[in-house]
Amino acid sequence: MNHRYFPHTPADIAEMLERCGAATPGDLYADVPEQLRLAGEYDLPTSMTEKEVRDYFNRLASANRQLTCFAGGGFYHRYTPAAVPALMSRSEFLTSYTPYQPEISQGTLQYIFEYQSMMAELTGLDVSNASMYDGTTATAEAMMMAVAATRKRNTVLISGSVAPAVRNVAATYARYHGIDLQEIESDNGVTSLDDLKQKLSSGKVAGVILPQPNYFGIIEDLTGFADAIHQAGALMIMNCIASDLAVLRSPGEWGADIAAGDAQSLGMPLSYGGPYLGFLCCTKALIRKMPGRIVGATKDAGGNRTFVLTLQAREQHIRRDKATSNICSNQGLMALHTAIYLSLLGTEGLKEVCTAGANGAHYLADKLTRTGKMRLKYPDRPFLNEFAMSCDFDVDCMLKVCTAHDILGGIKLDNHSILIAVTEMQTIEELDRLAEIVATSNFA
Amino acid sequence: MNKEYYGKLIFELSREGRSGAAIPDAGCPDAQIPAALARVHTPELPQADEPTVVRHYTNMSANNFGVDTGFYPLGSCTMKYNPKINEEMCSLPAMASLHPHAPAETTQGALEAYWTLQRALSEIGGMAEFTLNPFSGAHGELTGLMVIRAYHDSWGDHARTKVIVPDSAHGTNPASAAVAGLKVVEVKSLPDGTVDADALEAMLDDSVAAVMMTNPNTAGIFESNVARITDMVHRAGALMYYDGANLNPMLGIARPGDMGFDVMHINLHKTFSTPHGGGGPGSGPVGVRDGLEKFLPNPRVVKNSDGTFGITASGEALGSISATLGNFAVQLRALSYILSLGKEGLAEAGLLATLNANYIKESLRDLYKLPIDRVCKHEFVFDGLADKNSGVTTLDIAKRLLDYGFHAPTIYFPLLFHESLMIEPTETESKETLDCFIKAMRDIAREAAENPEVVKTAPHTTPVSRPDDTAAALNPTVTWKELKNSAG
Repeated sequence: MNHRYFPHTPADIAEMLERCGAATPGDLYADVPEQLRLAGEYDLPTSMTEKEVRDYFNRLASANRQLTCFAGGGFYHRYTPAAVPALMSRSEFLTSYTPYQPEISQGTLQYIFEYQSMMAELTGLDVSNASMYDGTTATAEAMMMAVAATRKRNTVLISGSVAPAVRNVAATYARYHGIDLQEIESDNGVTSLDDLKQKLSSGKVAGVILPQPNYFGIIEDLTGFADAIHQAGALMIMNCIASDLAVLRSPGEWGADIAAGDAQSLGMPLSYGGPYLGFLCCTKALIRKMPGRIVGATKDAGGNRTFVLTLQAREQHIRRDKATSNICSNQGLMALHTAIYLSLLGTEGLKEVCTAGANGAHYLADKLTRTGKMRLKYPDRPFLNEFAMSCDFDVDCMLKVCTAHDILGGIKLDNHSILIAVTEMQTIEELDRLAEIVATSNFA
Repeated sequence: MNKEYYGKLIFELSREGRSGAAIPDAGCPDAQIPAALARVHTPELPQADEPTVVRHYTNMSANNFGVDTGFYPLGSCTMKYNPKINEEMCSLPAMASLHPHAPAETTQGALEAYWTLQRALSEIGGMAEFTLNPFSGAHGELTGLMVIRAYHDSWGDHARTKVIVPDSAHGTNPASAAVAGLKVVEVKSLPDGTVDADALEAMLDDSVAAVMMTNPNTAGIFESNVARITDMVHRAGALMYYDGANLNPMLGIARPGDMGFDVMHINLHKTFSTPHGGGGPGSGPVGVRDGLEKFLPNPRVVKNSDGTFGITASGEALGSISATLGNFAVQLRALSYILSLGKEGLAEAGLLATLNANYIKESLRDLYKLPIDRVCKHEFVFDGLADKNSGVTTLDIAKRLLDYGFHAPTIYFPLLFHESLMIEPTETESKETLDCFIKAMRDIAREAAENPEVVKTAPHTTPVSRPDDTAAALNPTVTWKELKNSAG
C-alpha cells in the first residue's frame, strides 16, 4: 500500500520509470557518490496513522497547563472572533503561494492591499508594506532602512524603554550589519529627551527608535522629539503595539517617519511565540527604501482594477546583494488575519478592546496597591493596559504561588518589580482573585 | 458570485454604524488617557457586520489558486500537498493559548514538540543541533551566516569578510550575506549547471568566511563534486553553508552533514509541507555541525537530565534573532508531517519527487529546449520552447498555463539561461495530473507554432488579465485612501 499522501500505484511507477529509461527510482540517483549516501534508514519512528498522530499531540497538549494570563511584554491574550480562523482556513488562501502570478492571486493581493490600507490608517502614516515576520525583526529592518535612507550616517539610537526583546534583536542585526546602535537613557521610566538631544549632536545619527507604549506600559509623551530628531537630520522610528493605536496618538501624529512593531495584539493567538506579524509603515517619501513586499493597485489589459506586487526592483530576487533587505516572504496569512479582525471590529471595536484592557488594568493596579505590598513603579506616568509594580516581596515567589493557582501572574522585571497586563479577556472575578492572592500570601 | 458587488474592497462595503464583533468587558470603571497623548484623528477602518465580512473574504478566496485547487509546477518552491491533520494539531487550544513568557514547567508539551522536531531535523540534516527560531528560509540564511561569523570571530579571525555564492543561487543568498555584513563574490557555473570547482578553488583565501551551496542546485542537478568542494573550502579555513531549499529529493538518500556542510537551513514550508499561506508564515530552522552549537541564537530549548525540558540562553550565542522560539504553530505542523510520513515515508517522498520531475522532463524534451541534458533531481530547467520562431516567450507560456488550470512554473530563474522555465512537480502529484500538465504544455507548444497570438495575450480565462506593472510602479497606489484620491 502506498502512503496516504502519495498517489503512485506500482503500475504508475513502472510506466514512468520506463519513460525515464530507469529500472528503479534509485537509478535516478546514480550521480550521488556512494560515500555520501545515508547508510540505512533515518533514526526516526515509522509512519503513524492519523489517529496515532492525534494521540501523540493530545499527549503533548495535556503536558501544558492553561493559565489565566496576566503576562504581556508586547504579547497579549486577546479574543479572536470565530470568523477569523474560519476564513483563514479557506484553503484557497492557506495553500496558495506568494502572489507572483496576479491573474490567479487576486484574493491574496486584495487582502494584502486592504491590510496595508488598515495599517496605514492605524499608524497615521502614508504607506505600509505587505507585513514582515514579527515586531522585533520589523524594527530591526526599520533601523537598517534608516541607515540606507540617510546615507553616510551609521548610528541609530534606541530608547532604553523599548522592550528588551526588540533591543536585543536590533542589537544582533546592528552588530553584524555594521551599525553603531546606541541606547538612549531612561528618566523615571521614559525616554530622556535631554540624553537624546545630546546623542543627536554627534551629527551621525540616521534614526531614532522610540516606543509607544513602552516596555513598562507607559504612554510616553513625545512632545518635542520629532523636532529634535528632524533638526539633526535623522529619521524618527516608533516601535508600537498595534492595537493601542486605536486610542493613542499615532506615529503620524507624533511626526514619525517610520512605524514598526508587532500586530499580535490584534487578536492573534499567543501560540507560544508565533506566528505573529511585524508591521512596517512609513511616509510616502520613503517608500522606495522600504524592505519587503508591497502590493499596489493598477489595471489589467481590460481596464479592470487589479492588484499586483509592485516596486519589486527593491527586492532580493531582482537586486540580490543590493536589495533593501533579504526578506523574501511576508506573513501572508497573518496579514489576512489582521484584515479580517480589523474589518470585524472596526475602529470602535478596537477602541473597546483598548478601553476594556485599560479599565481592567487601572482597576487591578488600584486593588494591588491596596494590598499594601505592591505599588506602581512609576506612579506619575500614564499607562493603558499594562503597568509595572514594585513589590515588597520576591517576584519569583509570587509567580510560583500564582502558577500553583493556575495564574500567569506577569513578567518579572527584577527581584522586586513585575510587569502586569490586563486585556478584555479577564473577568472581574479573575482580577479580584489575583489581588486576593497577593493580599493573602506571604510569598516567602 | 456577483463580481460587481463582491469585487469591491472591504472599505467600499463599509457603512457608518455597522460592527462585526462584540467585545467582552469586565465592567471596571473608566480610566482616562491624558488628552495630549490620545489619538487626534480617528483611523478610518471599515465598519461591517459579520455576514458581510464573511461573504467578502469568501468570495475573495475564489479569486485565488492554491495547492488544494490545482498543480503548482513551481521550481525551487516545493509546493507539495499540505495535510489537513497538521492544521488541527497546530491549533489545539492547549498549544495555541500558551504565552511565550509562560514558565517552562507549564509548557512542557510545547517544549517537547520543539525539542523532538529539533532532533528529527538534526537526524535528517546530519547535523548536531538545530534552532527552530528563524522565521523563514531567508531568516535562516541570515542566522546561519551570523553563526559562521560568530565562529570566525570566536578565535579572533575578523578578516573573513567574503561569501562565495554560485551564480545559480537563490536571490536570498547574496541578499542575506549583505545583511549579515559580508561581501558577496560570485562563482560561475559550468555548462552542465554545476559549480566550477576549479574556479572556486582559485577564489579561496583567508578572506573567505563561507561558501553557500544548494544541492541539488537550482537547475535540479546534484553537485557530485561536493565532497571535493567542501574539502578545499575547509582547508582554506572557511565554512560550508547548505541552502536547504532543495532538500526534498535528498530525503532518505544523503544528508548535508555527511556531504561536509557545517551550517544549513531547512524550509519547513517546502520540504515539510507547511502551507505557504500566500507568502507566509514560513519557518527556516538552522542546523550546525558538532562544535558550532554554542553559537546558535538565544533562546534554546534543552532536555534536562531528569527528562524535563527547559529554555536556556548563552553568552557565546550570536545573540537573538527573534523574541520567541519562532513560528511555533508552523513547527507543530512540520512535526505532525514527519510523524505521519515516518522514516520510510520521508525516503519515499524524495524518490517520488525525483521520479515525477524526470517523467515530465522526458515527456516534453522534444518540444522544449533542455539546456542541461542529464538526470535531474526534484526539478529541472527548460530554456523556453525548442522552436523560437514564433516569438513566444517563457512569460507567455507561463501565462497560458493559467488558462489550462495550472499554476505557472518558476520563470526567468535560475539566471543561467535567458528563457528559464523551472519545473518542480513534488511527490504528491499523481501520474494523471502530470499527464494532464504534459498535455497542456504540448498544446501550448502547438499553439505557439499555429496561433502564437493566443499564447502572447494569455491568460484569457482568469479573474483578471495581464496587469499593467509599469503603471503600478511609476505611480505606486498602495492604500485605499490613495486609490480613492487617485480616482478623483
